[in-house]
Amino acid sequence: MSVLTALARAEAVESGRAQPLTTVRHTHVAERPLVLVPLALAGEAAAPLAAMVGTDRGDGRLLAVANPRDRTQRFQFVAQLAKIFLTYVEGCSRAVDATHTAKLRYAEAPQVLVPNRGGVEFIRLLGRSTRFRRTYGPHPVHRTVPLLGQWFTFLRERADHPGSAMLLAMTEVLGEHWATGQSGLEDANLAALLGWIDPPDGLDGAAAAELAEDPLRWPPAGPSTDPTFDNEILAPALSAYARAADPQAQSRAESALGGAIREQLEPTWGLMWRAVDLLRARPAGGSVEARWAIDRDVFTVYHMSLAEGTALPQPRRDSAVAAAGRLDRLEREQARYEAQRALDDPLVMAEFRLSGEAFTGTVVSASPNRVDTSGKKAALRPHITVQTEDPVRLEPGALLVSPARLSQQAMVVSVSSVDVVLELSKGMGRSTKQAPPGSVPEVGEVVTYGPVSDAYQPPGRFPSREDTPWTHGGPPPDYQPNDIDAAEDWS
Amino acid sequence: MTVIDDILTDFGQAVGRGVVVDSPPGAGKSTLVVRAARTMAEAGERLMVVAQTNEQVDDLIDRLASAAPAIEIGRLSASTYVPAQRVAKHGSVTVSGAVSDVQTSAVVIGTAAKWATVTEGTWERAIVDEAYQMRSDMLLRVAGRFSRGLFVGDPGQLDPFSVVAVERWAGLSWDPMQSAVAVLLRHNPDLPVHRLPVSWRLPPSAAEVVSAAFYPFTPFEAGTRPADRSLEFSVRAIGGDARVEASLETARRTGWALHELPPRHTVRTDREAVAAIADLVVNLLRRGPIAYSEHAPEGRPVTADRVAVGAAHRDQVAAIRLALADTVAADVTVDTANRLQGREYDVTVILHPLSGRRDASAFHLEAGRLCVLASRHRHACIVVARAGIAELLDTHPSAEPVHLNVPVRFPDGWEANQAMLAHLSTVDA
Repeated sequence: MSVLTALARAEAVESGRAQPLTTVRHTHVAERPLVLVPLALAGEAAAPLAAMVGTDRGDGRLLAVANPRDRTQRFQFVAQLAKIFLTYVEGCSRAVDATHTAKLRYAEAPQVLVPNRGGVEFIRLLGRSTRFRRTYGPHPVHRTVPLLGQWFTFLRERADHPGSAMLLAMTEVLGEHWATGQSGLEDANLAALLGWIDPPDGLDGAAAAELAEDPLRWPPAGPSTDPTFDNEILAPALSAYARAADPQAQSRAESALGGAIREQLEPTWGLMWRAVDLLRARPAGGSVEARWAIDRDVFTVYHMSLAEGTALPQPRRDSAVAAAGRLDRLEREQARYEAQRALDDPLVMAEFRLSGEAFTGTVVSASPNRVDTSGKKAALRPHITVQTEDPVRLEPGALLVSPARLSQQAMVVSVSSVDVVLELSKGMGRSTKQAPPGSVPEVGEVVTYGPVSDAYQPPGRFPSREDTPWTHGGPPPDYQPNDIDAAEDWS
Repeated sequence: MTVIDDILTDFGQAVGRGVVVDSPPGAGKSTLVVRAARTMAEAGERLMVVAQTNEQVDDLIDRLASAAPAIEIGRLSASTYVPAQRVAKHGSVTVSGAVSDVQTSAVVIGTAAKWATVTEGTWERAIVDEAYQMRSDMLLRVAGRFSRGLFVGDPGQLDPFSVVAVERWAGLSWDPMQSAVAVLLRHNPDLPVHRLPVSWRLPPSAAEVVSAAFYPFTPFEAGTRPADRSLEFSVRAIGGDARVEASLETARRTGWALHELPPRHTVRTDREAVAAIADLVVNLLRRGPIAYSEHAPEGRPVTADRVAVGAAHRDQVAAIRLALADTVAADVTVDTANRLQGREYDVTVILHPLSGRRDASAFHLEAGRLCVLASRHRHACIVVARAGIAELLDTHPSAEPVHLNVPVRFPDGWEANQAMLAHLSTVDA
């Protein structure tokens, strides 16, 4: 935990309310997000019990499995879920982004919101258990089932990409924007977290969070259910359904089960939409739109490749080359995301200022038309002197960027206890004699310089799959789809 | 040096794809690399050498060029690299960014990151230095350039890490987050693994402790006898904090000292701990320490460049540097465990990674972190910590998720921390 976060948490305890960690919202919130609150049956991996799903807070569809251990009913449930989800995805691909003409980009992309990390994991497991299923042969399923599996797998993989907003765990998004007065573990409880951020009238955050820990008032946000609910309500309801002798008794048992599950899901459903409102109330950071455009590009490509039947297979495990390539991409995206957050948000940049890697100050002198003639060609290299009270710990030669002038590079020339001298290059037009007005900070201007840059980093170079070296087991065998793809080691 | 001869024989053979050499701290790893490179080059074989940082590459070149001035050495480098003085002074070294310029050199040396950009040329043999610091995805990128490898490194040091936390590959034999050697050995379990059994850096007082705590199944010994190493102060203590003086005296006498501060939960940049470190370092230098060793039986003054301060986090390093800025200790090296890997000093002062913490996270428990910090010294190491670490460890047993198919790593960080602490608390104050 950084010093600023520790301070914000202490202030949250003192004031009884969560404190903002950022000045802007760093995550895109779609106009029509799909909220999904899944519940799983205890004791079995990825056995869906129920889900509440929808794009409208007044119209959450409740899906439930009367006998979660019955594989046929399980895939019927998945087919119902797939129908809702695929309709939503198709809705996102209806309009094309008219402002972007270089290549086709849909105007929207799916955004799935789940309550917590467990929900993200549930999507992974459900995707894995459905994407290898077949619509023919032994144990056939509806054609939408493997399709949903492919989409869920796609979403879960996107969720690993820093800055992507296609599949989000609500507790994590809120935790990036607010600091509460409770531990990280307690923050994973959506009801308690919202209790700190937006306590009901007359209560402070700590009291609201304590109330939220009562599973009768606020049932767990899934996918795990409350053990007392399991024992006292769910188990009798499931066995009532199993015992039902005639169709009438069966439908009575089914609706009793549905009612019980609805009571478990509805509070969380309401919390999810409240959290969406809280996020929407904050202004979006400068680069949020650009990151969402990347999501939309990725969505466009995947949607079209699925439609054309050219989508790449989604193996259960990455090969050596694929794993290394993916890690390289994730690391570059992580660096870029962190840089963009700092450049968009003075409160994030403050972390760098505290550690002496960045500073804010007033320009006290500037020589905008200074020309460096020491090299082969004369070049415009203005100097500015910035007076600052920040504890600067930079060495001469360090390269910095200002959020106000992203295309310009500043090199530290000298540092004293009161000011920093910077030499500027780039971002000043073509002239080698005179900098265009506004391109060099003027005397009196308040400027910030930090060590982050969101410049593009080229990808690493990796051998091809066929050239996997002996150190990594040599080239992997080619994949041939077959009937037992869906079988797991333990199934 | 029979071990080194064995290694060179194994590496020189035409069978087998590689040799792994595990080396505890200061066991002559660099000596081995230089000797292997020299033997290969003098036998007329073209050799590629992969190191992890520019610093390591420059050190290697300096040592190899000094030992064998006749060998043509090529240094592959990025376009922004400015040749260090210790590289530029050797006439036999060619520095270039393009592999075609150094094609004819007997030995071509570069960082792994630079080698990863090379697309042409293959070498029969390669030496990979500090292979335990290298991530396996980097090995994947360079392994196509050579057929046989000598992988040298210290298994007890910090594992490579990533800024992204993804569990996707846990359990895969080619997990890109694992070290190069771990992945290499999982795919080639029959490769010979050699161990260098003697530490020439650590004094007997430290070798025994570090070996037991961090190398429980592959013990090593000190190469020197207790009588070979000693530390004396040439100036008497005048005034000053009695506890600081007591810790310095204990460290001088026993090679270890635990400078304990009152228990307290603190932020990472604990002001009192930073002040205590500054006090210790400044007073140490004021006492005019002289180190007697097998290299300098007549004694050699311990100057600021022979002292280092180590910590776990960068903000702690920054705070300590600031505290030392305008003192006699301004030139003392202050750095994180990651950056201190492979370096050697006479005396070190370290801030215990768990000092003042409320929880013992995996980062702070990592055995390699404490191992690096506690094995940089030739004479003495002073550990600065808040009291209560033993209790902290007892309330935080390892609770990391266990993944299928992931080999268990030794030593366990929790256990290594307990072992170190148990030893430190027996050193009489």
